[in-house]
Amino acid sequence: MGKPKTIVEKIWEKHVVHSEEGMPDLLYIDLHLVHEVTSPQAFEGLRLKNRRVRRPDLTYATMDHNVPTQNRHIVKDETSRIQMETLKKNCEEYGIELADMHHPDQGIVHVIGPQLGLTQPGKTIVCGDSHTSTHGAFGALAFGIGTSEVEHVLATQTLWQDRPKTLNVHVEGDLGPGVAAKDLILAIIAKYGVKIGTGYIIEYTGEAIRKLSMEERMTICNMSIEAGARAGLISPDETTVDYLKGRRYVPIGKKFDQLAEEWLALATDEGAEYDKTITIDASEIEPQVTWGTNPSMGAPVTGRTPSLDEVEDKEGTKRALEYMGLEENQPISSIKIDHVFIGSCTNSRLSDLRKAAEIVKGRKVHPNVRAIVVPGSFLVKMQAEQEGIDQIFKDAGFEWRDAGCSMCLAMNDDVVPPGGRCASTSNRNFEGRQGNGARTHLVSPEMAAAAAIEGHFVDIRKYTGVLN
Amino acid sequence: MEPIKKHTGIVCPLNRDNVDTDQIIPKQFLKRIERTGFGQFLFYHWRYDDDGNLRPDFAMNDPKYKDATILLTGENFGCGSSREHAPWSLLDYGFRVIIAPSFADIFHNNSLKNGIVPIELDREQIDQWMKQAEESELTLTVDLINQTITDQNQHEVSFHIPDYHRQNLINGWDEIALTLQHEDKIAAYEQRMLS
Repeated sequence: MGKPKTIVEKIWEKHVVHSEEGMPDLLYIDLHLVHEVTSPQAFEGLRLKNRRVRRPDLTYATMDHNVPTQNRHIVKDETSRIQMETLKKNCEEYGIELADMHHPDQGIVHVIGPQLGLTQPGKTIVCGDSHTSTHGAFGALAFGIGTSEVEHVLATQTLWQDRPKTLNVHVEGDLGPGVAAKDLILAIIAKYGVKIGTGYIIEYTGEAIRKLSMEERMTICNMSIEAGARAGLISPDETTVDYLKGRRYVPIGKKFDQLAEEWLALATDEGAEYDKTITIDASEIEPQVTWGTNPSMGAPVTGRTPSLDEVEDKEGTKRALEYMGLEENQPISSIKIDHVFIGSCTNSRLSDLRKAAEIVKGRKVHPNVRAIVVPGSFLVKMQAEQEGIDQIFKDAGFEWRDAGCSMCLAMNDDVVPPGGRCASTSNRNFEGRQGNGARTHLVSPEMAAAAAIEGHFVDIRKYTGVLN
Repeated sequence: MEPIKKHTGIVCPLNRDNVDTDQIIPKQFLKRIERTGFGQFLFYHWRYDDDGNLRPDFAMNDPKYKDATILLTGENFGCGSSREHAPWSLLDYGFRVIIAPSFADIFHNNSLKNGIVPIELDREQIDQWMKQAEESELTLTVDLINQTITDQNQHEVSFHIPDYHRQNLINGWDEIALTLQHEDKIAAYEQRMLS
C-alpha cells in the first residue's frame, strides 16, 4: 500500500489532464452547472471567438437567482426577463439541457444537482456560484468559479488550478438536542473567522459529521465559502450511497454496486496528512444567531452582542452594530424581527421545511412579522405539499412560494425593505444582501420558525422543551 | 484582456477588512448581460446615499482620488459571491491594481482573468501607505517584470505573483487559446475515462 491519501488528493490525481513544473494543473471537470446570472457573458465570449461548447452532455442549466416565487409567469423586471431569456437561447444554441422556470426539475442549482443525482462522489463540479461547495457533501470536489472560468469550462471542459492545501475540520462528540447543522457551521465560522479556509479545501471529519444526514451535510459544506474555502467536502459513506440510490442520473443494478464501491474507496485513508487541522467539540455548541454584517459575527442565542472593549476589531464591530441598529452588549433574545425567510441553498430542502413546520404547527406568525417559505426546488415543494407541510405554514400565516434563490439575495421581488430586520436561514448577512438597508440575522430553520411566532429570537431548546 | 507590465497610479485608500462582493457591486446590477459598463455601480451604496447623492465621508468620493487607479485595502478583500461583476466594475471604474494583506480566493482568481493585478503585502507596509494615502497623497509604480512597487519617495518593496499568472497578466493572453493547445491531452483523457 502506498502513502495514505486524503479524498482531495485522490480526486485531484484522477482529474489531472496536464501537469508541468511551476504551473497549475489542468484539471478535468465532470459536471458544469449553469444559471442565468453568471453565464451570459461566457456564452457571448464563445460566440465572439467562434468556439463551441465542448461537452454539453456534462453541462446542466437552470434558472434560480431571478425567478419570481409567485405569479411565475409575470417577470416584472425587464432586465431579469432578458437575462433568463438569454439563458434559454444560449442553451438551445449550444444543446445544453435546461430546467427553465416552468420545468418540474427547476430549483436552486445546488438543490437540484443532488436531487437529480447529477452530484456524485469523486466528481469535479463547478458552477458560477460560490455556494457550489454544497456538492462537497457527497465527497465531490466542488467549487465556485467566475464567468471567465465558466467560459473556459464551456470551451475546454477543464480549468487551470493550483493544487490546494487541505484543512481538516474535525468535529468530535454529538450535537446537543435542538442544535442544528446550521448552528454547527455558524459556530465554527464565529470561532475561527471568515478566512480560516482561504487557500484551503476543507474536509469535515469526525463523529458528529458522520451522524449527519445528507441534507445536513449539504448545509455544512454550503457555508465553507463563508469560512473562506472555495470547497468543503465530506468523505462518502453508507449515508451518501443510500441517498443517491435510485436517483435519476445514478446508474442502477450491477453498475450501481460497482460505483458505490468506488465511491466508498474515495474516503480519506487512515493516517493521511492535512496541511492544517482544527478540532471542535460538537456538544459545546448552542443555537446560533448572527448579529453583524459577516457570517463570523455571531453568538449563541443565550449570549449578547459584543462589548466594544472586548473585541480586537473595534472599528469593524462598531460599524456592524451601527448598520444592524443594535447596541453593544445587547441580549440576542431581545432582538425583535419583522421578516422571516426560510429558504436558500443552505436550508430549503425537505428536512429543513419539516423541522420548521414542526415548530410552526398550531401556532400563528407574530402580528409584526412577515414570513415566507421558499422551497429549494419544485420537487421539494411538491413533496412538502404531499405531506401537508404547506398547509401548516399557511395556517400559521406564512406565505408559501415557488422555488428559487429569492430573499437570500433579493434579485427578484422578494426584498426586505430598508431598516427591515430578517431572521433568515440563508448564508450571508452582508450589508444590503436582502435589500438595500436590510438587516439579516442568520439562523437555522427551527430558530427562524420560532422567531416568526414570537417576533424575537428564542432559544429553540427551551421553546420545544428539550432543555429546561 | 489588456496586458499590464508596469503601472503608475494614484492610490485610493479603502481602509476596511472583509470587503465583500455584495458591497463592490450590489445584486441589482448583476442583471446586465454585458461585461462592460459596471463602473458606475462600483461600491454603489457606499458611494451614494438613498437619494443618489455622493456620500462625502466615503474616501473614493474625495476629488483627490478621482483619477486613482490603485486600490489599497484591508484583509480578505472580495469575500463572498463569485460574481465576476466585481472585478468588471473595478476595472471599468479605472482600477488596475489592488493591494491588500489578503484576498478571497474566487475574487483573486477573477481579477487575474481580467487584467487586474491583485498584490498581497504585509499589513505593516499597507498601514504605512494607507496613512500616507489618507493624510496626503500617494503614487505608486507597480512593476510586474521585476515584481516591485515603488512609492514617490523611491521606497521600494517587492511582491510575488506566481509565474503562470504573471505571464498571463504581462502578455494579456487568451487563456482558452492556451488551453486549447492541449486539446489532444483533453481528448486522450476523455478516451481514457470512457474505456
